[in-house]
Amino acid sequence: MEIFLQQIINGLVQGSVYALVALGYTMVYGILGLINFAHGEVVMVGAMLALSALTALLGWGVPPLLAVLFSLILAMAGCMALGYGIERIAYRPLRHAPRLAPLITAIGISIVLQNLAMMVWGRQYHAFPQLIANHPHLIGGAIINDIQIIIFIMALAIMAGLMVVVHRTRLGRAMRAVAENQHAAQLMGVDINRVISLTFMLGSALAAIAGIMVSANYGLAHYYMGFLLGLKAFTAAVLGGIGNLRGAMLGGLLLGLIESLGAGYIGDLTGGFLGSNYQDVFAFFVLIAVLVFRPSGLLGERLAERA
Amino acid sequence: MTNPPLGNSANSGNPLLEVRDLQVAYGGIHAIKGIDLHIERGELVALIGSNGAGKTTTLKTLAGLLHPAGGKIKYDGKSLHDIAAHQRVPMGIALVPEGRGVFARLTVVENLLMGAYSRNDQHEIAVDLARMYTLFPRLAERKDQLAGTLSGGEQQMVAMARALMSRPALLMLDEPSMGLAPLMVKKIFETILNIAEQGMSILLVEQNARLALQVAHRGYVMESGLITLSGASGELLGSDAVQRAYLGG
Ligand SMILES: Nc1ncnc2c1ncn2[C@@H]1O[C@H](COP(=O)(O)OP(=O)(O)OP(=O)(O)O)[C@@H](O)[C@H]1O
Ligand SMILES: [Mg+2]
Repeated sequence: MEIFLQQIINGLVQGSVYALVALGYTMVYGILGLINFAHGEVVMVGAMLALSALTALLGWGVPPLLAVLFSLILAMAGCMALGYGIERIAYRPLRHAPRLAPLITAIGISIVLQNLAMMVWGRQYHAFPQLIANHPHLIGGAIINDIQIIIFIMALAIMAGLMVVVHRTRLGRAMRAVAENQHAAQLMGVDINRVISLTFMLGSALAAIAGIMVSANYGLAHYYMGFLLGLKAFTAAVLGGIGNLRGAMLGGLLLGLIESLGAGYIGDLTGGFLGSNYQDVFAFFVLIAVLVFRPSGLLGERLAERA
Repeated sequence: MTNPPLGNSANSGNPLLEVRDLQVAYGGIHAIKGIDLHIERGELVALIGSNGAGKTTTLKTLAGLLHPAGGKIKYDGKSLHDIAAHQRVPMGIALVPEGRGVFARLTVVENLLMGAYSRNDQHEIAVDLARMYTLFPRLAERKDQLAGTLSGGEQQMVAMARALMSRPALLMLDEPSMGLAPLMVKKIFETILNIAEQGMSILLVEQNARLALQVAHRGYVMESGLITLSGASGELLGSDAVQRAYLGG
C-alpha cells in the first residue's frame, strides 16, 4: 500500500511536468497542424540556462530566492526567443510545403540544439543546485518532499492560468480562431503570423519552467535530457488527443501515473524478470497502444467530427 | 441605430473603391482577366455571374487573401497593393466569405468579438454588440452556444454580424443567400437593405441575380473572368442578355 501511494505521488509530480511540455506540442499542433519535434530541446535549453544562471548567481552570493526568480525569468525569456526563432527559421518558410518538410527541419533543429548545448555545457551530467532545504513529509507511509509539492502546485497553477489565457482573453480567442480557420481569422484583422509566434513563445515559456522542474526534482541537468522527455511529453499529448489542451494535461498526468505505477510493479508482474529500469518502456507501449486503438486520443475529436 | 462612421472621408471626391484592369491567377490559370469596377460611397453594387465566373476570386483579392497578378486597387484614394488582409480590416474593408467561415468552435458572442478584433474601444464594442443582438434577436438567444451548432441561416447571421462588428465602410458579401430557406433569404436581404440605407457601401455577390438586382443600385455581370455588362440595376434587369442568362426569361 505504501508503494502504491508513493508511486501515485511520484507519478503525479512527474506527470504534471509532462503535462506542461505536452501543452507546448498540442498548442503548436492545434494552430499549425504540425508536430514541433524540437520542443524537447527547448525544455533542455531552459534547464541549462537556469543551471548556468543559478550557479553564477549563487556564486556571487545572491540570496537563493532572488537567484531562483531571476534564473526562471532568464530561462523563460531565452526559451521564448528560441521558440520564436525555431518557428521563423524552420517552419514559417515551409508553411505551404508538403507535410514531411517541416518534420525534417524539426529534426534538424533538434540535432543542432543538442550539439550546441553539448559544446556550451559539455557532455557531463551537471548537479542542479539544491535550492531549498528539501524537507520530506510523510503521508500514509509515503514520502513527498517540498520540491515535489512546489512542482505539482506550480504546474497546476500554470495550467489553470493557461486555460484562462486561451479561453478568456483576446489573444486566446485569436489563437483559437487561427487554429480553426486562418483565412477567416485574417478577415477579422488577425495578424496570423503574430499569433503563431506568440503561440510558440507561450509553449516555450512552459517548456522552460518544465525543464527547471525536472532538473530541480532529480538534481540533474544534461544536454541530452530533452530527447526522452520530449518524446514522453509528445506521447502524453497523443494520449490526451493532440490539439486538445485539456487532453494534454490529462495525458501528462496519466502518463506519469502509468509510468510510475508500472515501474513500481513491473518486478512483481513479471516475477522479477523485468526491473524498474524498464520504466521508460511504458511510455512507448502507451504511444503504440493509443495509435493502434484510439488514434484520436482520449479527448481528441474523431477526424469525421472535424469536417 | 446610428450610422457607423465611414473610413477616412478626406478624399470623398473619389469613389470608395476603384479597380483597374485587375488580373488574378491561380498558378498558371487566369481566373480574372482584367476587370474594372468602382463603388461610390453609400452605393449597393451587385456582382452577378454563373458558377466559376470569378466572383469569389474578385472578393478575396479585394480583401487581400489573394494577390493580384496585375492591375490596381484603390480604396479611399490609397493603393492596397502592399497592404495585407489583416491590415485592411481597420481601414474599413470587411468580407463575409462564401460558406460563411464562422468559427464553429467559438461561441456566438466570441465570433462577434472576433469581428471587433481590430478595435480597442471597449465601450463602443459593447454598444455594437447590443446593436447586433437587436438586429438579429436570434443571436442574442444563442450567444453562448458554439457557432458550429447553429443552423445555416443562423450562421449566416453570425457571419454578417461579425463583419459589421468591425464597423466597415465597405462590406462585401459572397452569396449570403446560399443554401437558405426563402424566409431566411428574405430576412438576410432585409438586413442588407437596412444596412445600405444607413450609408454603408456594399458589394454583393449573388447567384440569385434577380434578388440582387432588385436591391442594388448598380450591377456588374461577370463571365469567365471578365465583366461583360454593367449598368443600373433596372437596366440590367430589363436587358435581354441578363434575362436569358441569369433570370431564366
Ligand atoms: N484555389 C483555386 N485553385 C485553382 N483554381 C481556382 C481556385 N479557386 C477558384 N479557381 C478557379 O477560378 C475560377 C473562378 O472561381 P471563383 O470561385 O472565383 O468563381 P465564382 O464566380 O465565385 O463561382 P461560384 O458562383 O461557383 O461561387 C474558376 O474557374 C475556378 O475553378
Ligand atoms: Mg463563389
